[in-house]
Formats: sequence, structure tokens, C-alpha cells
Amino acid sequence: MQRVAELSKEHAVRAHSEAIAFVAMACVLVVAPAFAYPVFLMKALCFALFACAFNLLIGYVGLLSFGHALFFGWASYISAHAAKVWGFSPELAILLGAGAAAGLGVIVGALAIRRQGIYFAMITLALAQMMYFFAVQAPFTHGEDGIQAVPRGKLFGIIDLADQTNMYVTVLVIFLGCFLLIYRIINSPFGEVLKAIRENEPRAISLGYRSERYKLVAFVLSAAFAGVAGATKALVFQLASLTDVDWPMSGEVILMTLVGGLGTLFGPVAGAFFMVALENYLTTIGQWVFVVQGVIFVVCVLLFRRGIIGELAQLLRVKL
Amino acid sequence: MFELLGISSQALFGQLLIGLINGSFYALLSLGLAVIFGMLNIINFTHGAQYMLGAFTAYFLLQYAGLAYWWAIVLAPFVVGLSGIIVERLFLQWLYKLDHLYGLLLTFGLALIFEGTFRNFFGSSGLPYSVPPALQGGQNLGFMFLPNYRAWVVVFSLAVCLTTWFVVERTKLGSYLRAATENPTLVRAFGINVPRMITLTYGFGVALAALAGVMAAPVYNVSPQMGANLIIVVFAVVVIGGMGSIMGAILTGFGLGVIEGLTKVFFPEASNTVIFIIMAIVLLIRPAGLFGRGA
Repeated sequence: MQRVAELSKEHAVRAHSEAIAFVAMACVLVVAPAFAYPVFLMKALCFALFACAFNLLIGYVGLLSFGHALFFGWASYISAHAAKVWGFSPELAILLGAGAAAGLGVIVGALAIRRQGIYFAMITLALAQMMYFFAVQAPFTHGEDGIQAVPRGKLFGIIDLADQTNMYVTVLVIFLGCFLLIYRIINSPFGEVLKAIRENEPRAISLGYRSERYKLVAFVLSAAFAGVAGATKALVFQLASLTDVDWPMSGEVILMTLVGGLGTLFGPVAGAFFMVALENYLTTIGQWVFVVQGVIFVVCVLLFRRGIIGELAQLLRVKL
Repeated sequence: MFELLGISSQALFGQLLIGLINGSFYALLSLGLAVIFGMLNIINFTHGAQYMLGAFTAYFLLQYAGLAYWWAIVLAPFVVGLSGIIVERLFLQWLYKLDHLYGLLLTFGLALIFEGTFRNFFGSSGLPYSVPPALQGGQNLGFMFLPNYRAWVVVFSLAVCLTTWFVVERTKLGSYLRAATENPTLVRAFGINVPRMITLTYGFGVALAALAGVMAAPVYNVSPQMGANLIIVVFAVVVIGGMGSIMGAILTGFGLGVIEGLTKVFFPEASNTVIFIIMAIVLLIRPAGLFGRGA
């Protein structure tokens, strides 16, 4: 009994620190446009959501997807096409993009979970590259030009997103909503099974869990959230391009999550802001950006595997 | 020359030859990946960059030291293999006890560093590297014109692949290697220096990639991105073949190269994607890969 009481107390303390951190993050993001350029913040928020979606897989199921640009990029193409050519309203365009990403997630996930470990990463990378070539060849993506001048439209037919403040609030609401949803998934009974599979898959199977089904659902959820991020980014920048489906984008989201802290709740957000800020700062150095990214990869893997938030949590002895 | 299904024999066999050449690069690279994975438990994402380094070393040797192709084909794998040994000692040796994924991430970072640096100095356009004088010209075989250099690439790659197979599967050294792959602790207990074997294995795998790079230099141009897209295809080849068997890697590499070449003739739109589609089909039918053992 005492042990149970201790556990529930520990759980309460943990939830407490996470709630405080969430409120702090939300407050900072609400006042942030007064201090930083809104387009920069919106870009960082889209990548933060993308990284959270990726972290759902690597951090809580232990699956390294090297092809997440596939979902991010294709969702941005689909939503951009829907908004521009079919005249969809922004909320429907984003939903359609996320739905398309989830659909692709079913196919890619079903193939990739047939192999484990390192093969999983190679399969997702290869399938993403295949879809990249489709994006290069498909007529509606307009090849190198991408889909340009995507209208932001009116949210629910009322709120004009051409206004920067409205757009920022919309992106912020999408981000915080998805963040809470991901938090809920991680802390649900379903999320506990995912963590059990991460820790010891044979044991989870022997306890009667159909691990491949859990992995597939987690993969599809992750793809759908990555799709929301990509679709939102297409509206913010009014552009869907090949950059977002190409493999360096898959590498970038891995790097963001790694820098912030794999398997931490707030790590992907911190990592995304860090990397977007860094790239903003480094735009003048051209190709050296790849070298800088590579160096950060090497340093993180060798010396800094917990990431920013992981180290912070260790220092404060709380769970973040 | 004759026609087949409305396609001239020159086009058909020309693409088939290109397919064989690509296949020999796939075979050399997936062979290296398999040997490295067996010993180090790391998927070497830097492999594509090291293939590129091989080609650039050949280019530098010609440009700055006046050493032509035949020197390059010996020296470049040696130099790049040596750089691989340094990479293993500096970075990779700290990762063996960690999860596989850290090895993949670290080598991915190294690939970004190498490719970014070269792109910064040499841009994206390729640098030409000419075919060695002894292998210029070609043979007219009646149904096609066979350039000597391309025939040389296929024959020499095949020889290197088969030699590697022989060394690993049929010699004493290879038996140590296979034993250390199965159970490094036990092999160490017999007094064999396993850490040094691991280092040399990595150097050897990297040297194979560099050798493929030198051979590719006269066929394709020497460019910083030449390895980046290739490595992804090679990953698909490895997934299809499975990393359990050396001969499997060789057969899969050459076979897929030929299939890709034929696709270019009969269905050019799919030539970029055919290997990935085959990978998806193999995953559905035989998830462990054609020559794989278990998942």
C-alpha cells in the first residue's frame, strides 16, 4: 500500500512539474510576438509540432523514422493544392493534409514495422525517397517551383488569416492543441503499452499485446501530427516546395529532437526553436549550414545524449 | 545492330551495361555496409560520403600530384580507408555499447560534414575525370558497342567482390572475423585482438566504398552529392538482400542494377523508384529479405 501511495505521489509531482512548464511555455508563446518576428515564431512552432510528432515515435516507441519529411512535405503539398486550386478553407485544407499524411502513414508504417531496429530506419528513408521522386515527377507539385502563392484564406469563413496576428494566434492554437493531444496520448493506457514495447517488446507480446498493431497506430498518429505541421507551414509561408519532402528535412527533424532531448515532452519544442534560430542566424554562411548541423549531430551523440531539456530535467530533478 | 520490341539493341544493351555498372557499385557498397554492420553493429551512413571522398581523392591525385588512374585506384582506397580508421578511433569506438540508432545518427552527422565541406569548395556541378588511356575506345560486338572502360569496371568490381567473399568465407582470417561477429567476448578470450580487428574492418569497408568512388569518377562526374542519393538506394538494396550473407549482397547488388537498367529502357518514368518498389514488395512477401536470417 505504501509503495502505491509513493508511486501516485511521484506521479502527482511529475504531472505538477509538467503542468507548470506547459503554462510557462504557453505564456512565453503568447507574449513572444512582442519581442520576436512573428514569421520566425510561426516557422519555429510548425517545426516544434513536427518534432513533437517525430518524438512520439522515437521517444515513446523507440522507432527511428528516417523518412518523416514524407508526411510533412506531402501534407504541405496536399493542403497547398486544396487551398489554391480547389478553394478549400484553411481549416479544411489542414485537415485534408493531415488526413493524407495519416493515409501515407498507414502504408509506410505497415511496410516498415515488418522489420526492426536499424532496418526500420532504412526502410522509412527509402520509401520517403521514393515519394520524393513522385513529388518531383507529379504535375500538380510544379517540380522545382513548388506550389507558390497559396492563399491563406478565411478561417471558418470569418477570421482573415492574411492578417499576421490572426495567423499567429491560429498557429499557436494548433500547436498547443496538438501538444496537449500528444501529452494525453503518451499518458494514456495506450501510451503505457507503447512504452512497454519500447522497453521490452518480447515481454509486451508475451503479456498479450499485439505489438505490431500498437506500433502501427503510433506510426499513423505521428504521421498525422507531422502532416498538421506541414500543412500549417504551407499556409504560413504560402508555399509548398521540394525542400520539405527531401531527406535533409528528415535529418533536420531528427536533429531538433536530439538537441532538445529524445523522449522528453518539451525537448522537441526547445530543439526546434534552437535549430530554427540557429539557421536564421546562419543564413549568410550558405552551404556551411550542413556542416554545422553535422557537427551538432556528432557532439550531441558523443557528449550530450540527453539534450537540452533532458539535462535541465536532470539538473532540477524533475520530469519535463 | 538489331531491334527488339521497337528498341534498338544498342539502347537495350547499353542500358543493361549501365545497369551492371550501377549494380557493381551497389554490390561494393552494400558489401562494405554488411561487413561493417557485422563487426561494429553500426549502419555506416557515411558510406556515401566516403564513396564521394574516393572519387575526389582520385581527382586530387591527378590534379595536384599528377598521379593518374592506376595510382588512384590503389592509393585512394588506402587513403580514404586510413581516414575511416581515424573516424573509428575518434568517434565510433565510443558507441558500441549504445543503441544502434546512435551509430546511425553519428555517421549521418559525419556525412553532412564531409558533403557540406566539399559542396562549399566545389559547388554542386561535377568535375570531369577522364578515362585512363589504356581503357579508352571500345569493342564492336555486333549487337552493341562496348566501351572498354565500362567492361573493366564490371569485371574488376566482380573480382573484388568475389575476393572479399573468398577471404571472409574461406580463409582463416575470415573465420576469425565471422567468429568475432557472432561472439566477440569469446574470441577475445582466445587471445585475438578484437578491437583492432573492428578498426581494420571499418577501414576495409570504407576502402571498398572509396574504390567504388574511384571507378565511378570517369563514368559519372566527380561531385560532392554523388554519394548522398546513392547511399539511400544502397540502403534499399541492403533491406532487399538482408545483411546476413556476403554472396547475397553481391547477387542483390548486381541483380538490382540490371533491373534498374532494364526499367530505364522499358519504363523510364519508374527508373528512379523501381528499387524502392521492389523493396516494398520484398517486405510484403519475405520480410527478412532475400538472403536474410530473421528480422
